[in-house]
Amino acid sequence: MTISIDPQKAKNEGLQPKGWLRYFSFSLDHKVIGIQYLVCGFLFYLIGGTLASAIRIELLSPMSDFMPRDVYNQVLTLHGTIMIFLWIVPVVNGAFGNYLIPFYVGARDMAFPRLNAVAFWLIPPSGLMLVASYFVEGAAQAGWTAYPPLSITTPQSGQIIWIMSVLLLGGSSIFGGINFIATIIKLRRPGLKLMQLPMYCWAMLGTSILVVLSTPVLAGTLILLSFDIIANTGFFNPVLGGNVVVYQHLFWFYSHPAVYIMVLPAFGLVSEILPVHSRKPLFGYTTMVFSIMGIVVLGLVVWAHHMFTSGTPPWMRLFFTIATAFIAVPTGIKFFNWVATLWGGKISINSAMLFSCGFIINFVFGGITGVALAQVPFDIHVHDTYFVVAHFHYIVYGGTVFIIFSSIYHWFPKVTGKLLNEKLGILHFIITFIGFNLCFAPQHWLGLNGMPRRVAEYDPQFQFVNQISSLGAFFMAISTLPFLINVFLSVRNGKNSGDNPWNALTPEWLTSSPPPVENWEGEAPLVEEPYGYGKEFSEQK
Amino acid sequence: MTTLDSSKEIQKNNSEVNEAHEDFRMFGLITFLIADGMTFAGFFAAYLTYKAVNPLPDGAIYELELPIPTLNTILLLVSSATFHKAGKALLKDKNSDSQKWLFLTALLGVVFLICQLFEYFHLPFGLTDNLFASTFYALTGFHGLHVTLGTLMILIIAWQSRENYGRVTSKNIFPLEAVELYWHFVDGIWVILFIILYLL
Repeated sequence: MTISIDPQKAKNEGLQPKGWLRYFSFSLDHKVIGIQYLVCGFLFYLIGGTLASAIRIELLSPMSDFMPRDVYNQVLTLHGTIMIFLWIVPVVNGAFGNYLIPFYVGARDMAFPRLNAVAFWLIPPSGLMLVASYFVEGAAQAGWTAYPPLSITTPQSGQIIWIMSVLLLGGSSIFGGINFIATIIKLRRPGLKLMQLPMYCWAMLGTSILVVLSTPVLAGTLILLSFDIIANTGFFNPVLGGNVVVYQHLFWFYSHPAVYIMVLPAFGLVSEILPVHSRKPLFGYTTMVFSIMGIVVLGLVVWAHHMFTSGTPPWMRLFFTIATAFIAVPTGIKFFNWVATLWGGKISINSAMLFSCGFIINFVFGGITGVALAQVPFDIHVHDTYFVVAHFHYIVYGGTVFIIFSSIYHWFPKVTGKLLNEKLGILHFIITFIGFNLCFAPQHWLGLNGMPRRVAEYDPQFQFVNQISSLGAFFMAISTLPFLINVFLSVRNGKNSGDNPWNALTPEWLTSSPPPVENWEGEAPLVEEPYGYGKEFSEQK
Repeated sequence: MTTLDSSKEIQKNNSEVNEAHEDFRMFGLITFLIADGMTFAGFFAAYLTYKAVNPLPDGAIYELELPIPTLNTILLLVSSATFHKAGKALLKDKNSDSQKWLFLTALLGVVFLICQLFEYFHLPFGLTDNLFASTFYALTGFHGLHVTLGTLMILIIAWQSRENYGRVTSKNIFPLEAVELYWHFVDGIWVILFIILYLL
């Protein structure tokens, strides 16, 4: 059975508001929804960043003098939750996925446009609910992991709002995942083979499989947790005969794949950006595809490496250590492929390229500490210390957030038809890169020396290093300014970019910038070689 | 895939063409049901882990009677068959026959729910009595919620497939097929639940 589409009707139905107002409407256009995701996510990034600054100000001194301890707990919980569920996951999946995937598969929209709009509009209310919980009776205090019995014994209202909000965000994420899988597998333009898709499609396919398989488990777990909190059941409450470790297993069954949900799309995006700015084909396309799928499979069976200190039996430690170490193989393949893509290329040093290179450097560092953390003897030593904080910020900020910025510099001309200012962009990169490393590199040392995470007060001997870290955080906060100024100036009177400022070959650049409502005038182009840079030259020879 | 064969028809003017593509709503639904099934898988995993590692305190009551759940299993399996009959009838354009089968299916769903509630009221343990009781109510309750939603959807479909209404017909049978797949899924989950919870 087929479904027919009347473009005129589609235009009249879903896209009524014009101009900037459409970004506040229930628009069905995937490009509008992508921008909605991005801007909404960025606003929450600013909130989460403010909270991070508050944490670093508190940690300037060993005593809790900037805010009371329970407020500190609330701030760190909100910081983690906002950054993960409202900034990184929606932006790196929802924003870029919605904007780019239909172009990459040669479609006019996503497979289920209405579901797509619903998935986005779940985010602002649940995010606002989460932020507002702080002003009611205090936000949740149990960290983004909400481990019981802590989450059962801390004040209930904040924790319940937290659960509701994460459930809604999880639903949004699942709807998005279903949409991406259907779009990539079913909505491909006739003649376009799977192995001709740009790498970001593969990354999003892998990510969406993880979303669909693991997010529902988190939802079920949080429902059980809310029963424990509201109805006084004992699923995770040892006093009532429950088992806290079961919560940890179920939670990490989602939350370890969540790491890949946050970082796999970044792998895809960097694979789009590097070939364009180094004028070379992506090195090792096939190995890249297989390593993404390898990470998807392995990513589902490594969760217990977060629980080596939770009384895990030896066979479990052995299995999960080995499985985790195996993930280094596909990840390493990808890393070498990126370096090989750059190798001998005609590299343009611009903001997008700089942020991508920053990503590679930070990510390798975070990856190495990740392999170290997978080893049981080492993990038991540094578990729940600042070493872990440093490790995952190297992955999530140094990895994914760098790529988000890189992608904004790369695709800004596509969305607006204007170029971003390169000088401000390079300034943004330099401050971010220095600030980030200044903030998080010293935390490895803090962790190795035993400073516990998630505590407002610490041993005075750590004060100097903490102050260095806070200085770095200050730079990171400042770095947002040149970026914001850049965006505002460029939107108003930036240089016109033309349709394809980077001379890129991926399909989204083969239409006008900004693109028309249904993406292509006429039929979608068939791009068999999205990375065919340098081909013409060698054929001329 | 039939009409958008690009190599043959080059479509130039966007607004004049009626493009068509394959119907992948069923594909999307299956993906959603896999996700939904994972929620149940999480619950089952939790239940089995509790069973293995968390012994109940002495004197805890966790006995279940078999007659009602066995009846419930039969009810749901029969309802799967009647739903299938409804689809067959609609394909032959016998709308009123299809409606009868749908109402019968919904009735079986309602009887299932009544039996379930009857069991709840006559069980010797309550939600918070012990870990087994909590898990039992969480699992069967979550499944019962699915049955309730399914029954409501069946009634909607039955209403929409009435003669000369045109919403659900032999030409547009997707709504019925979607609810049918969902219903079979809920039945399948019940069978697993029945085996794990009552028989093991």
